[in-house]
Amino acid sequence: MANIAALPITVANVTKTYGRVHALDNVSLHVKSGEFLTLLGPSGSGKSTLLMVLAGFTRPDSGSLKFGDHEVIRTPPHLRDVGMTFQSYALFPHMTVAGNVGYPLRLRKVPRTEIADRVDRALQTVQLDGFGDRRIDQLSGGQRQRVAVARAIVFEPRILLMDEPLSALDKKLRDQMQIELRRLHEKLGMTTVYVTHDQREALTMSDRIAVVNHGRIMQLATPLDLYEHPANRFVADFIGESTFLPVTRRGDRVVYGDMALRHSRPAPDAAGLLLMMRPERIALTTAPVEGANTFSAVAREVVYQGDSYLVQAVLADGTEITLRRPMSGAALAAMPAPGAPITLSVAPEDAVIIDAGEV
Amino acid sequence: MQAKGENAAGLRRDDRMERLRLFGLGSPAMLLILVVLVIPVGWLFYVSFIGADGNFSLENYRRMINSRSYSRIFVTTFQVSFLTTALCIVIGYPLAYFMAQLPPRLASLCMLAVLLPFWTSLLVRTYAWLVLLQRQGLVNEWGMALGLWDAPLKLVHNMTGTLVGMVHIMLPFLILPTYGAMKAIGPDYLKAAANLGATPRRAFWTVFFPLSTPGLFAGALMVFILCLGFFVTPAVLGGGRVILVSMQIVSNIELFVNWGAASALGVVLLVLTVAILWIASRFLRLDHIAGGGH
Repeated sequence: MANIAALPITVANVTKTYGRVHALDNVSLHVKSGEFLTLLGPSGSGKSTLLMVLAGFTRPDSGSLKFGDHEVIRTPPHLRDVGMTFQSYALFPHMTVAGNVGYPLRLRKVPRTEIADRVDRALQTVQLDGFGDRRIDQLSGGQRQRVAVARAIVFEPRILLMDEPLSALDKKLRDQMQIELRRLHEKLGMTTVYVTHDQREALTMSDRIAVVNHGRIMQLATPLDLYEHPANRFVADFIGESTFLPVTRRGDRVVYGDMALRHSRPAPDAAGLLLMMRPERIALTTAPVEGANTFSAVAREVVYQGDSYLVQAVLADGTEITLRRPMSGAALAAMPAPGAPITLSVAPEDAVIIDAGEV
Repeated sequence: MQAKGENAAGLRRDDRMERLRLFGLGSPAMLLILVVLVIPVGWLFYVSFIGADGNFSLENYRRMINSRSYSRIFVTTFQVSFLTTALCIVIGYPLAYFMAQLPPRLASLCMLAVLLPFWTSLLVRTYAWLVLLQRQGLVNEWGMALGLWDAPLKLVHNMTGTLVGMVHIMLPFLILPTYGAMKAIGPDYLKAAANLGATPRRAFWTVFFPLSTPGLFAGALMVFILCLGFFVTPAVLGGGRVILVSMQIVSNIELFVNWGAASALGVVLLVLTVAILWIASRFLRLDHIAGGGH
């Protein structure tokens, strides 16, 4: 299939309330033409509601939605011309694979021979050549997923929406499909909005990720920015694991207790501050490291996990801290015993000061 | 080959005992079916081959083939069954669709309205229609009072009355499986159809309707087969002008005391019913009748 001319999506001030609950709270978002953007958030965060607004299945209370320059907020779903895959796949059980994939083309009154041709090509794209005559209930979960994708792209929509498409697959297949969908997106080039609650999936696949909570976008950034420089505690907590220490501003420095912190990026301009550290970026040392932040702690629990080990430690003031070290022969020998005093060090680049507020 | 491991014999015995106990649970029902169904039907079958002189004869079946009145009765029976089924579909499908769209609370209220007459005595409902449809009945009086027609219409003791009563009685049998099948259709199917470009009307005919047909067929089949052997309602509302097989069986016994002729009619009706079920089973799964979903 040829590269498809993509369309940008502009969401402006979209609000949707159910009773007194804000499912979407004045959401604005721009998805660039050809971009792979993921809406990531816990269940009930509003990410699916936003996708349903894009597809036209949920009517918001107010706001604007543009595909390209076209306002479509009042356009019914069947006239929006966007492809979509559903969490349940929603493949029609009374049609064959070819019947399903050809369905949008039949609706568009494409000539019969051309339908057969394009169905074949779409099935080829998702590596299901020759599956046209199968019934849906003869397919495995992964194959159904591919048929759903083929049906969503066969009419060459310029926008593709995907609602947790991989959540029903087992882990191995999911990892493989992530790479495949990513490759498909690069090949076809349509603007894609992808919904998931799986942070690793989001990090793997996306150009940019919008972290959604309580109907609002908490942060919109590239996977790298999101992980390295989370904008607030929610994002830091939701993406990856992290330990937070309450810190305060003293003059132009940020201190933890009496210890001035070394951090490479400036602290945000906020009332409450937290020091965020990723477990895999905290090192175990025997002596203080020059230029790094050093903490004394006591190892409480040490868990062997094969490729790594996990230490749950307690700082002098009682704060719990979790760190993860990669496993090796040497690391195995150096694994601390529970109850042993340990020294932790965190490099200035890995000591991230964030806004303590939820938003 | 039998496994010979530790406890193998004991485990096999447990297995056998379990199956035996299951069989024990089912045996009262099976015994009942044997006594009240298999034996009488067998006897019916036997009697149908006994002539007036008490010897083996095919005269009961020959009469059915030769007599015009008998063939007319079979034609009428199928006609009434077919029309009743068709009317049930026309009235019942939209109603089931409407109920399937309602929020749960309202839907159960509607379901109650469908089931309530179902729980009322068949005879009461049939006579109620007689009262409503007769010459000076409510329907005729209101119709004339509103100026819809001038002289009383003949609404009962004919085909019209028979159909009105039978459709009313049969409707729940069509609505229940149809409603069940509709409720089993996930909302994502219709969303997907709309997303792929189908107007609501197109989505209904290409997706919703085909997915609801197993329930509709199951209901229609049930109605049709029940109609084939129906007695009370057509007997009362048909007023002797619409004669069905079941009524002929009754008059053969009560009027002519001819068990052989009655049995032969019963056997033919049974064979026809089984034949229809068999043909239908080639096109749909019969467990849908009992509400088996997708």
